[in-house]
Amino acid sequence: MMEMLIDILSWASFVGGALFLFIGSLGMVRLGDFWARLHAASIVDSAGVGLILFGMMLQAGLTLVTVKIAIIVLFLFITGPTASHAVANAAFVSGSRPTDMVEDITAPKAKPKVTKRKSRKTKPKATTSSAKKKSGA
Amino acid sequence: MLFVVLFVLWLLMSGIYKPLVVGLGVISCLLCVWIVSRLEILGEKGFQHDVRITKLVRYVLWLTVEIGKADWAIAKVILSPDLPRRQRLIAVPCTQQSDFGKMLFANSITITPGTVTVETEPGHFIVHALTDEAADPDALADMGTRVRETEAGTS
Repeated sequence: MMEMLIDILSWASFVGGALFLFIGSLGMVRLGDFWARLHAASIVDSAGVGLILFGMMLQAGLTLVTVKIAIIVLFLFITGPTASHAVANAAFVSGSRPTDMVEDITAPKAKPKVTKRKSRKTKPKATTSSAKKKSGA
Repeated sequence: MLFVVLFVLWLLMSGIYKPLVVGLGVISCLLCVWIVSRLEILGEKGFQHDVRITKLVRYVLWLTVEIGKADWAIAKVILSPDLPRRQRLIAVPCTQQSDFGKMLFANSITITPGTVTVETEPGHFIVHALTDEAADPDALADMGTRVRETEAGTS
């Protein structure tokens, strides 16, 4: 009975994690520019990997393997955001800015602080996706 | 102290308790301690002096729930057909005193989907937010207060 419960729980985490991995990857493709794609990566970082590793912990039970997975989670939760920040900071320093922002505190003072809100985009076409990672360079 | 931490880590990682393997562990831990002592950073104040562990654990649990909520919100943005994003760069004041507190706050912002810490400046962070909910200044300030509470010397 207990094993059954653990199996169900861990499978739920595996499926949920896979779903979030898929959503994150889909977001990487769909979201328009570099900055928005960054957030899709952060879903993969937290929910996707977190849920899958949690499912593995349930499968492993109270063993050394679980301890190792817990340490992996700990390291991932420190290095993941650090890497995201490094990438975002590199883009920021080199002058890249998100497209169609509604608010930008780093904008030069001459411009109005709130730029006008663009109409919602339907789908990112070739023009936006070609500018993805290179926008910072 | 460092030796004890490293050796416990070795024992947990290896899982093999033969004399040879444990002996190798002792040797490599001693080697690490020797190298670190040559770097002259052994006696330095580590992060454990800046933080209260029980509060930190409680904060991490709270953060996990927040990450879950934000994951769901951003997943909905990605899956909705018109991608309703309203990007903004905002300033978030950081009131943490210790370096560890600032690091924790900045990393907490970044790991929460929807917000990324872009730049740190004295007194505030520049944060990129994907949607209106993610850019809610009150929620970010609340997170900042919680990080502040994990710091030693405050109550």
